[in-house]
Amino acid sequence: MINIPSTFRISLRALRVNKMRSGLTMLGMIIGVGAVIAMLAVGTGARQKISEQIASIGSNLLMVLSGASTSGGIRMGAGTQPTLTLSDAEAVEKECPSVQAVAPILGGTAQVVYGNQNWSTGVTGTSPNVLIVRDWKLSSGRPFSDDDVKSATKVCLIGQTIVDNLFGSIDPVGQVIRIKKIPFTVVGVLEAKGQSPNGQDQDDTIFVPITTAQKKLFGTAFPGMIRLMSVKARSAEDLVKAEKEITELLRQRHRLSTKQENDFTVRNLTQMLQTAEQSTKVMTILLGAIASVSLVVGGIGIMNIMLVSVTERTREIGIRMAVGAKTWDIRLQFIIEALTLSMIGGVIGIICGITVSRVLSNLAGWSIVVSPFSVFLSFGFSGLVGIFFGFYPAYKASLLDPIEALRYE
Amino acid sequence: MKSRLLQPPRCSDMSLVEAQGISKTYTFGEVEVRALCPTTLTIEEGEFIAVMGPSGSGKSTLMNILGCLDKPTTGKYLLSGVDVGGLSRDERAEIRNRKIGFVFQGFNLLSRTAAIENVELPLLYNGVPAEERRQKAMAALKKVGLEGREHHHPNQLSGGQQQRVAIARALVNNAPLIFADEPTGNLDTKTSAEIMDLFVQLNTEASITVMLVTHEPDIAAYSRRIIRFLDGCIVSDEARSNA
Repeated sequence: MINIPSTFRISLRALRVNKMRSGLTMLGMIIGVGAVIAMLAVGTGARQKISEQIASIGSNLLMVLSGASTSGGIRMGAGTQPTLTLSDAEAVEKECPSVQAVAPILGGTAQVVYGNQNWSTGVTGTSPNVLIVRDWKLSSGRPFSDDDVKSATKVCLIGQTIVDNLFGSIDPVGQVIRIKKIPFTVVGVLEAKGQSPNGQDQDDTIFVPITTAQKKLFGTAFPGMIRLMSVKARSAEDLVKAEKEITELLRQRHRLSTKQENDFTVRNLTQMLQTAEQSTKVMTILLGAIASVSLVVGGIGIMNIMLVSVTERTREIGIRMAVGAKTWDIRLQFIIEALTLSMIGGVIGIICGITVSRVLSNLAGWSIVVSPFSVFLSFGFSGLVGIFFGFYPAYKASLLDPIEALRYE
Repeated sequence: MKSRLLQPPRCSDMSLVEAQGISKTYTFGEVEVRALCPTTLTIEEGEFIAVMGPSGSGKSTLMNILGCLDKPTTGKYLLSGVDVGGLSRDERAEIRNRKIGFVFQGFNLLSRTAAIENVELPLLYNGVPAEERRQKAMAALKKVGLEGREHHHPNQLSGGQQQRVAIARALVNNAPLIFADEPTGNLDTKTSAEIMDLFVQLNTEASITVMLVTHEPDIAAYSRRIIRFLDGCIVSDEARSNA
């Protein structure tokens, strides 16, 4: 009959007797578990940040930029040649089956004035579809309508940063602001979205109807011209198909012969970010794997100390056997000892890991996520390490010959 | 397993120890060393036996076999009617726990462990609840005259006191049989006499069977039967009348 509480007490006493040794052995586990927790926290944090960014730019997003111009053999960047028009955007939305919505974009920077406050910000001319494409909701007011686009009304939606800078505590809906000295009525306020993947404040923006932007704000020599269009595909699987459909349609509309290069560029933002997410995932696994090595090393430390301990206490084992300890009484005693070492080390390691993660997140300014999963994993793993590396020494102890063990000096 | 070992068939004419032709041969590589010749021996309940003989004469081997620490190479060994020769390691551990108490020359107490916990040790492996363990261990320590020293550690006790703790440990499970391997070997004459008086007292008052191994005739003189060994064989086995 095995008496677990008493066996537990015996094990704890043995560990207390050799405080220094137990402490050092635990240190191996503490470092191992701490490293796993901290590494997973850093990795999970990075991944979470990327996921948030994917969500914030809108999911399943494609960007169609007007084409690269070539002047004297020097190819300028995408967007330098005004080749996309509002009717291109309408055609993409109508004719490409994989496209859910299209938001044409024409924008620039403008000074915005309300009362005695002024603020310089990006003003984007677009269609009501922008809210669908970018998965953006309004926190108050209403969106502008297709009629507003048709008749080029002077209405706008403003981001949270604009509200903070111009209005303070005043309700902006219904107020009139001046963009490039032209009065616009605020019809709605966009929900706060935070930073974009490249660190821009997405809330520092104003949406106006595309036609208004073309005619009143950023008038160009090319009527109907837009800078780019944001396209939302029906699903993540449709992204590649949508890209192909848009390319074909636009080549046809722009009357490009097979030899000519595209005069526009299609970019798959979501895919880029998904690739980034994938690589952080791989990175996290890698970091975790490296950290796990130190866990295994910690386990070997435990095994080493347990083997020494069994040899040192041969006589004690002999005495216990002589008075009636059975194979499993002895085995459990040593397994519990190893388990206690690894579990206490594990718990301290979890605390250290979380602390290190916090410090790292403060220093690096990253968001760091200590997931319950990683805590559970490290705790479970340290327990397994204890049992695995404790078993052999315990097994060795239980096989000692009581007569030999009693004679051991 | 438990029931088979604990409730042996009891008949009135059964001896406590019945060894029939037990022998022990150790094999070191190709060399065989005979530690114990085939020996037949019967011990009745309540006996007080001294085993004497020079070093290496086989007396410790006999004691290890009778104490279920070792298995005989040949022969049959019945302990209160149960054939213990064929038992497994754990079954022998159980027999040692319930039926046999050991007292060693070097005391063999757990250091850094209070006297009371040393005495509780056999009960621990017998699954006795903590409360009962403490009570029984207290009673056993009282019996050997160590009341008030329950929480002393072995290094805080004199040799005689340590041996008393060991005896209390042998008594605590109410074992009917105590094997003592040179119990006074590390003690001075006066303390030896006290320890031997304790053995005699346990033998006469509690009718515990005592078998002790010793070199010293003075110590053997406390017994009522002396078995002498030489080169692995019993050379004499005689009862003493005056005890």
